[in-house]
Formats: sequence, C-alpha cells, structure tokens
Amino acid sequence: MSARIRLTVNGHPVEVPAGASVAVAVAHVTLRFRRSVSDTPRAPLCGMGVCFECRVQVDGVAHVRACMTPASEGMQVVTDA
Amino acid sequence: MRDHYDVLVIGAGPAGLAAAQTAASHGARVGLLDAQPRPGGQVWRHDVQHPLPRDARNAVDDLHGVDWLARHSVVATESSSLRVETPQGSRLLSYGALVIATGARELLLPFPGWTLPGVTGAGGLQALAKQGWPVAGRRVVIAGSGPLLLAAADTLRKHGAQVVGIYEQANAGNVRSFAAQLRHWPARAWQAAGLRLRLAGIPYRFGSFVRKAHGDDCVQRVDIDTPHGVQTVACDLLAVGYGLVPNTELAALLGCALDHSDIHPRVQVDALLRTSVANVYAAGESCGIAGLAVARIEGALAGHRAAGHVDAARALLAPRDRERRFGALLARHFALDSRLHKLADDLTLVCRCEDVRMGELTGFTDARAAKLATRCGMGACQGRICGTALAELGRFPRSGSRPPIFPARLATLAGLSPLSSDDAQRGS
Repeated sequence: MSARIRLTVNGHPVEVPAGASVAVAVAHVTLRFRRSVSDTPRAPLCGMGVCFECRVQVDGVAHVRACMTPASEGMQVVTDA
Repeated sequence: MRDHYDVLVIGAGPAGLAAAQTAASHGARVGLLDAQPRPGGQVWRHDVQHPLPRDARNAVDDLHGVDWLARHSVVATESSSLRVETPQGSRLLSYGALVIATGARELLLPFPGWTLPGVTGAGGLQALAKQGWPVAGRRVVIAGSGPLLLAAADTLRKHGAQVVGIYEQANAGNVRSFAAQLRHWPARAWQAAGLRLRLAGIPYRFGSFVRKAHGDDCVQRVDIDTPHGVQTVACDLLAVGYGLVPNTELAALLGCALDHSDIHPRVQVDALLRTSVANVYAAGESCGIAGLAVARIEGALAGHRAAGHVDAARALLAPRDRERRFGALLARHFALDSRLHKLADDLTLVCRCEDVRMGELTGFTDARAAKLATRCGMGACQGRICGTALAELGRFPRSGSRPPIFPARLATLAGLSPLSSDDAQRGS
C-alpha cells in the first residue's frame, strides 16, 4: 500500500511503513531499547513520550525518544542494550 | 529571535485543535504546537494502517490560518515567553493569550515484573500499535481500569493482535451501573455498544487485576487475581493502565494555581477556563479527566475567550457542564480497588529511571526527602511515572517539577541554535 522507509537498527536493515516511529523500527530487531542504571533491559512503556524508557541513539544523537520520532530514510538507530 | 502569536495553543489533541481553529476563526494569529510529529493528540493519534474516524480527520486537517508547529516541546519560561525545543534547535515564542491543552497521561502502577519488555500501558500499547508496532498474531492481555481498555482492545484487534482477555479492576456491579448511566449520553452509549459488538468473543472480566508478570527477556505470562482465584495466562504483550491523570507541569511552570482536591492535581480554572494567571487559559483533560466531548467543547470555549469573544465562549457553558458530569461518573465507577496499593513488594522497582525499589522508600513521607536520599523521581521522566504512582498508592504527593519541564539540550537552555552534532549531550 503506502511507501516504505528503509533504515538501520544496530546495523540491521529494517523496513517500516511511512509514518511509523523509530520505536517500531527498533521493535523489528530487538525489544531491548536501553539498559537501566542497574543493567536491566527496557522497552517502551507509555508510547507517548512521557516515560523515557524508549530512549535510543538516532544518527549520533543520544537520548532520543523512539516513540516520538518518525522513522526516516537512511536513519541509523543504535540501542544501548 | 522571538516569534509572537496573538493566541498560542500548547497541545494539539482535540482541545488544542478546537482552541486553535476557534481562535483563528476570529482572525487571530494562532500558533499550535505539540511535541508529537502530527496533530491529533492521543485519542486522535495518526494510525499507519487505518484512517481516523471522519470527525477526527476533519478536525486534524482543518488547520487553515493556524501555524502548526510540530515536534515543538515547551521546556521553560523566559521573560514572559516560552522556550521551546525543536529537533533543529530552539525557539522563543511569545503570546497575547495562551491556551494550555496538555491533556493527560496514563496512570501506571508498579507491580512485580512491570519493567519487563513487552509490558506497556493500555493506551501505551494502543499508541504503539498506531505507530506500526508489530502486534499482528501476538497474544495480548489488556488490564487496568476504565473505558480506555476497550478502546485499546479495539485498536489492537484491528491491527491483528489476538486479545486474550480484558481484565477490569472495577467490580461487575460498578461496571454494570456505569453502563446503565450511559443512557444519559446517547452518543457514548452508541459508541460503547459498537465497541462491545466488535469485541464480542473476547473475555471481559471484572474485579480482576494483574498481580505479577513473568518472563526472562520479555513478558511470557501473567498472574491475574480474579474473584475466583489467581489465574495464570500466557501472553506476548501485557498492556496495563489504570486510567488517566492530567498533565499539569506546564501550568505549574507558568505559576497557574492547581486544584489539589483529588490525588492528582488538575489546572484550576474559572467557569470560562481562565487560570489564576492573566491571559492563560486551560481546556480539556488538563483541567480534569472527562473525555473527548469535553475536550472539544472546552477547546472551542477557550479559543473564543483567548480571542476576546466572551459571549461566544459563554454560549458553550451549558453543553460543557453537561459533559463534565461524565468525568464524575467515570471517577465514581472506576475508583481503584485498595488491593492495587499492595501490588508492589519491597523488591519491585518503583522509579524506573533510577531503579529505586519500593523497599527503599520505607519511612519517607515526602517526595523531596525520598528523592534526595534515594534518587527516586530524579531521572529523565522527572517523576511523571513514579511520582504519580506513589501519590496514587498513598505514599506521598508528587513534588513540584522545576524547569526544564522536559530534559533539554544545553544548547536549548542557552538559547542557541541550530544544533551542532557535539551539542547532543543532554542534562535533566
């Protein structure tokens, strides 16, 4: 149906529909979005930018909330988990 | 550089959209900003697979004469302007009148296993599914409280999830009595009937709540406390939300008085939605949880008032008051069972940002002391999750937030723009 967007998550190529969030792209590769301060894996909780559990690195910028960031062509996403 | 708007609206959900459109219809120069990439808020969130209902689509598309400021997040106030962070840098926005339409967030309560990947809010998983989160074929348990559970189930079902069951903490008598009262709100009764029809075949259990989530790397099964004993259910995703709480951080930052008569504060407004601060209005869920219809009416009301059309605002008072009564009905019938206060044990993480366990908070009676000693509430969410939960659990009220009200780049706070790559460091 609609256009697809290609990006990478931890170096893996991922394809998501146009309008999808970075969180969705990450979920296709791993549910470990970040490590907590006591080293437990975390994934999105609130889905709306409140909880900060979905923080990842996007194109070199750290602490980006994946659920609020639209996936875009060629984006490089790195998780910390 | 400073950009000025006659009316600046914060939050592009149903209330904010109505406020912006109404103010613009009077010829005002209107800015509408939201931290999200698209207008619609949560209830009208863009869905990558399914079109929005028609009235939502009309509201979201009708932004003629409104400056739509996507991915703009207010972080602080500066000399009667708002410091706003954008992906490109930061801006300073000033206004003649301001409308706060910051909506609500989900009330999320700690229980053993709630930090496992795959455990989300109920509205949380609904929002993720609309973003394209892979739910097709996944077994989903939905739990918590309120009508949002049914709305979430409906979205998940449409996206191909296998909804294993919906577990409502309110007892059957309360839910039945709530359903009976819906006759006073025919549009809602009709909507509820449609939902129940579409969800036919999915178990909807009352007096039931998730006690514990189990799994290694992600959730695999949950223990559910039911009136007939504890039941263990296998699942791939667990979506639990206990209703909504108003987002009041921006209002507090501006110095607006909050109403603390409930556990969770709401913005205090007069009959025509003026806050305690001159030229600042608030509309919708930030003034108390009452649903979509109130948000739309109050948004329009605030839009008229902010543009100086008091008579037009006054004309909306009667329908607004009527719809506000729905909020009281919700609160009464979906009041939380006190057993939910005991779900977290001493080892359960309460503050997910700083990994503070419930047991570490023993003996503390105020949020600030607890924060200083344990770091509870000191992380990136600034206590939005744990502070709200601890208030709900009767431990202590959430401490007032301080600017920046969201973690911001140092360059934003310094008023510099644009962002260069080595400015990526954030402080909170």
